[in-house]
Amino acid sequence: MSVTEPKTQPKRPSGFWSYANPVKFLALSERILPTLWWLSVICLAVGLIWGFFFTPDDFRQGSTVKIIYLHVPSALMAINAWFMMLVASLIWIVRRHHVSALAAKAAAPVGVVMTLIALVTGAIWGQPMWGTWWAWDPRLTSFLILFLFYLGYIALWEAIEDPDTAADLTSVLCLVGSVFAVLSRYAVNFWNQGLHQGASLSLDKEENVADVFYFPLLVAIAGFVLLFLALVLYRTGTEIRLRRTRALLAREARL
Amino acid sequence: MKALLARDLALALRAGGGFGLGLAFFLIVTVLVPLSVGPQSELLARIAPGLLWLGALLACLLSLDRLLALDWEDGTLDLLATSPLPLEAALSVKALAHWITTGLPLVLAAPVLGVLLNLPAPGFFWLVISLLLGTPALSVIGSFGAALTVGVKRGGLLMSLLVLPLYVPTLIFGAEVARRGAVGMETQTPLLMLAGITLGVIAIMPFASAAALRVNLR
Amino acid sequence: MPDLGKYADAVLSSYAASLVLLSLLVAITLYQGRKARRALEAVERKGNDRG
Repeated sequence: MSVTEPKTQPKRPSGFWSYANPVKFLALSERILPTLWWLSVICLAVGLIWGFFFTPDDFRQGSTVKIIYLHVPSALMAINAWFMMLVASLIWIVRRHHVSALAAKAAAPVGVVMTLIALVTGAIWGQPMWGTWWAWDPRLTSFLILFLFYLGYIALWEAIEDPDTAADLTSVLCLVGSVFAVLSRYAVNFWNQGLHQGASLSLDKEENVADVFYFPLLVAIAGFVLLFLALVLYRTGTEIRLRRTRALLAREARL
Repeated sequence: MKALLARDLALALRAGGGFGLGLAFFLIVTVLVPLSVGPQSELLARIAPGLLWLGALLACLLSLDRLLALDWEDGTLDLLATSPLPLEAALSVKALAHWITTGLPLVLAAPVLGVLLNLPAPGFFWLVISLLLGTPALSVIGSFGAALTVGVKRGGLLMSLLVLPLYVPTLIFGAEVARRGAVGMETQTPLLMLAGITLGVIAIMPFASAAALRVNLR
Repeated sequence: MPDLGKYADAVLSSYAASLVLLSLLVAITLYQGRKARRALEAVERKGNDRG
């Protein structure tokens, strides 16, 4: 792994890679962030209000089925946030774009909150359905382990002062952690076959949730995805500004 | 390589090298458990395999910060990085030395402590086998955690936070072998999984550890 | 308000918990962003004044 040698950057990047330039990235995010915030708020409001007020109760689960509009999207985003961090870490390792490393850093706290929401809503749902707040069910256990991975990742970012070293080390941790997260998923599955119902969403219609629940759920998922994007873009901008402030202060101190 | 191994072993065995601390920790954990959950022997027999695995894992974790920290402080790691021996190999040797001084004594002590916890008779064999197969993975994964946090002052707690989630698969399969062995179930599947994890980790982890260590040495 | 039946507590508390967590996240994000923006502007202004 070529973590140590900084790669020479291409002379004049164009297209997608040109947004690896922090200034261009900031300009772009300034332009699209307002739209993104509004879209995510609208989608979340529509999805959740539709789901909360205008869907019938499930014949088995009663009104607890309404929790699905929070539980499924947040669980989805908890995994996708880690996946996004993995891709961003790889881009950092291969192409040394600072924006990419900072985006991975910016996504981690969002991922933690998503994992937490999935765990909390799952526990509240489990209480009436399974008769217990917490069961060592494979899916729940895997999410708890994912939560620990997020905590370790954030703690490593916080502990290391030099930003490039921190970016390199967290990227390596993210790669190794991904492998072990998948391994843990299988290990946990082997360890205990669970109570959790199968996937709520799949292309296979037979297993799917009924249409009345399906459409508001899709809108809620879109809302979570948009909110995640908005938060990560905004937080990446924050990280870039913090970094620039530090660089300017350091230069001033040298003068 | 042999010289490095001999040096690491000698340093660990010398006074102040911390040899035996992990073992003592393992003993104390095992003694404290009956004091906390009560002395009923059936209960202890049921939880013994898992507890012994957990104790061994924590004892291993506790001794990890010695794996690289001392060599980092006195500059030995810088020398190793510039020596003709690849850093991957040096780290593998260091993990091996850690296993010989920490993992192996734990494996040997586990049956004795199993007696204290009233482990069922067929469980002893499987406990030793699973620990023998699993503890090398703990040392190698631990060397990755040590390499990540070697530049952090007082990084012991941080390293625990990073390493413990990585220990999950090893713990699950290892404890499963010991548990199934103790109640006389077939142990082949978890045993193969455990062996697979250990071999895979030994083959691949040194590259990740060396990458992390190079970043820290930069 | 829909009739939530005997599960009203579970549904309402999970909505409340999630919304609180999400709004905390958004609030912290915005707060940190504003602070970073102000700090950068202050440093840049100081740099411009001098040269």
